[in-house]
Amino acid sequence: MTAVEAGGAARFVGQSVKRREDPRLITGRGRYVDDVTMPRQLYAAFVRSPIARGSLSAVDTDAARALPGVVAVLTGADVNPNGHAYWMSMLGPDAPAPPMRALAENDVRYVGEPIAIVIAESRYIAEDGADLVDFDVEPEQAIVTMDQALASAERVHPEHDSNLSNEIAAEPDPELDALFANAAHVVDETFHQHRYICVPMECRGIIASWDPWRQQMEIVSATQTAHEVRASAARLLDIPEDHIHSVMGDVGGSFGQKMFPMREEFTVLIAAKMLGRAIKWTEDRAENLIAGGHAREESMDVSFALDADGRILAARTHHRENVGAYPNLGDGMNASSSLVMFPGPYHMQRVASSAQGLYTNTMGRCAYRGPWMLETVAREQMVDVVAQRLGIDPLEFRRRNVITLDELPFTTATEQVYETVSPAETLEQAAELIRYDEFRALQATARDEGRYLGLGLALYIEPQYGFGILGTEGATIRVEPSGKVNVYMSSGSHGQSLETTALQVVADELGVPMDDISFTQGDTAATPYGPGTGGSRSAALISGAAMAAAQQMKERIIAVGAHLLEAAPGDVDLDGGVVSVKGDPSTGVPLAQIAAVAYLDTDQLPPDIAPGLEVSARYKSPFIMFSNACHAVTVEVDVATGEVKLLRYVVSEDCGNMINPMVVEGQIAGGVAQGIGGVFYEHFEYDEDGNPLTTTFLDYHLPTAVEIPDFEYGHVITPSPTPGGYKGMGEGGAMCSPPALINAVRDALSPFHATITRQPLTPDAILQAIDAGGA
Amino acid sequence: MPDHEIPEITVRLTVNGQPERLRVEPRRTLADALREDLALTGTHLGCEHGVCGACTVLVDGQAVRSCLLFAVQLEGAEVTTVEGLSPADGSLNPVQQAFRDNHGLQCGFCTPGFIVSVTAFLADNPHPTDEQIREALGGNLCRCTGYQGIVRAVKQAAGQPTGAREAVELRPTAQAAS
Repeated sequence: MTAVEAGGAARFVGQSVKRREDPRLITGRGRYVDDVTMPRQLYAAFVRSPIARGSLSAVDTDAARALPGVVAVLTGADVNPNGHAYWMSMLGPDAPAPPMRALAENDVRYVGEPIAIVIAESRYIAEDGADLVDFDVEPEQAIVTMDQALASAERVHPEHDSNLSNEIAAEPDPELDALFANAAHVVDETFHQHRYICVPMECRGIIASWDPWRQQMEIVSATQTAHEVRASAARLLDIPEDHIHSVMGDVGGSFGQKMFPMREEFTVLIAAKMLGRAIKWTEDRAENLIAGGHAREESMDVSFALDADGRILAARTHHRENVGAYPNLGDGMNASSSLVMFPGPYHMQRVASSAQGLYTNTMGRCAYRGPWMLETVAREQMVDVVAQRLGIDPLEFRRRNVITLDELPFTTATEQVYETVSPAETLEQAAELIRYDEFRALQATARDEGRYLGLGLALYIEPQYGFGILGTEGATIRVEPSGKVNVYMSSGSHGQSLETTALQVVADELGVPMDDISFTQGDTAATPYGPGTGGSRSAALISGAAMAAAQQMKERIIAVGAHLLEAAPGDVDLDGGVVSVKGDPSTGVPLAQIAAVAYLDTDQLPPDIAPGLEVSARYKSPFIMFSNACHAVTVEVDVATGEVKLLRYVVSEDCGNMINPMVVEGQIAGGVAQGIGGVFYEHFEYDEDGNPLTTTFLDYHLPTAVEIPDFEYGHVITPSPTPGGYKGMGEGGAMCSPPALINAVRDALSPFHATITRQPLTPDAILQAIDAGGA
Repeated sequence: MPDHEIPEITVRLTVNGQPERLRVEPRRTLADALREDLALTGTHLGCEHGVCGACTVLVDGQAVRSCLLFAVQLEGAEVTTVEGLSPADGSLNPVQQAFRDNHGLQCGFCTPGFIVSVTAFLADNPHPTDEQIREALGGNLCRCTGYQGIVRAVKQAAGQPTGAREAVELRPTAQAAS
């Protein structure tokens, strides 16, 4: 990847164009939510429950209210009656969900649950005020684990009949039962994933300001979607959507956490409306770790039925998710995605899946980069477990089962239709890049010397959803009277580089240099509606919208240009910002001249050409789209200390045509680093009473540059059928790296017969696994 | 109970070459003073407990975490923030340029801290080894990049080969595969 400046390029798509976002961010001139100050702005701090479960009484706010500089102290009794609805557009009002509330009232259901909001002249005073709020909690035994949630007669939510947030039952399937009954091999295993979490470097934050005279709510927030902030605020406050102006500035990462507003944001919105003032809440790191939304704690029981040659015939899965007390979206479950994606890149004739979401007295689940990824994490481990038991090399086992290009379009056992995926090609490319056979020889030699090397493979298919609210994105393009171009996208880029990649697409489609185009997103008063950036959809959907609008704009420009050139529109083209007769560049009319006529000298235009140069367009995507990849990693495990050293990490991926290879590789790298963190270092822990134990970066360990090796990439390119041939790939790095890493450790420890089905793989855990293996 | 009648203290210091006079409560952190009193919002707060490094600034040339210092400790000090490292004409200095050239940032929130840390590191050690680079970067957390572009950027800024390699590309067809 050699990065290039946009300036001199003739065509932009496919090049590693340096990012438009960078200069302001590198120089400290970004504008994140905490950098914004509104007139007469107040500051909020939350009082939170230190107890996971219990009855709440005697909330005494008098001392806090008496503190000079404190403007208001609001409790659940004050705030909750003003919270009208908490549902998100993605699921609608009728989806299963916990009994939502902005602030705790009468009881508390997890440590960190907000009990009161203190609003003051400064953040320091707000936090002083929060310390002065007194309350009583009569503790009750907390339900912390999924097993407890299933076994306990107590309810996390007394309003509900059980601790199940939802349940999916497996359909009876006699054909599948027969495959299992007659299989040469049946293998069962359960894979566990521990709680590890998004941890964007910028915590959450919001400023909300209600003007009672204009009846207008101004919102600036750290979000992935300014429009869902507006929509949910309108429902929450029962005010019309057009009385809310929601913007996002620069956003310091999210990984799913900022996809939907949470209780703290709702409380600030309600408080701002009650006070008629601007209120800023800037989450601190302890709050972000304890109460910013959690992820990943789940397990999957997997059974494979196989024939004598090691071909997978059928699979059964049961997925259990700890969704916490108040998951961020609906029932908090990802099982509907995980069961559909379970077959992944393999032939399986039948798959039966069931799932349970379990409420516990812990922080609720939010989205985290590939929220359904246990299907890949469990399946790819299962593949290695099965290969090991059958004595088949894991690469060979995958070769026997993987879907090949000449089988496309391929319909999976869960009725997903793959049109342009290349799992076999990425498998071979990754094997070649990691020098598979050479490594196996090296591994054998090393074992003779008492050194334990391992190689892990993992394959996956990454879905991008294009249904429901996720099915469309929009773009508005305005060529200004000067001939410069403004593009307004429905996106909510927060690190994904869309300010660069969307403009690469527009510039090529329009025929205008990238340097003449500016980009605006995340402002409900300016940009088209969109569900926000998330779900790996932007490459396909934002590009689709950008291309649709650019094509329409190009037609408009060409119509005016052709008229000025006294030529037929079909005889002219727009390139480099100039309309000229095809084959005769000397005739050129620059865009500035065309725009001047279109806006400022409209009497020159014939009646069939509309004045101005403004277009809006929408793209509707297919129901679901797919990309794919293979990860291959080599490790050395020190069996004396339990330490794992990563030797090489290879990713071979297929996201179709790449808009910007530098950005593609950057997305992979970030995801893989999160997988490395999750497998080896990161673990959000609770004690048996539901007390969080990892509340600072001294306890919750993020990987640093010391722990992350250099990554190597291969690209297999099978263009998608969507415009431009692009496929989304933002989540895959975080989905596929955990099983590749775990498989590598399992492979290294195979001489010890170590069972590895839980993480994090800390040195202690590895030493215990070696001991338990008993070899 | 905190006493809000605590008298504010006057601190005189130099920030990005400009003499400044601040009136602050003794408990006000340097980070808050920079961000709120001087509107230098390029210094970011990622943890406020001294681990993430996003708030790193130079104090008398040394990289320090501004969330762990009180503003009143800075009497007479010379403070440089990321804004002070950026050329006034809107261009980028060599460290900043190296971050841009190597995709050393995505969301950009941690980036000012990295720029300041790397500036101090390369001033101390202009010819670092790979291991020294990774050790030096170990005091700053990034959640987006997997540190790939950051490590390359430091090498470029140190005048070394970045080690970036071109990825292998394959455009298969069904015929070729079958």
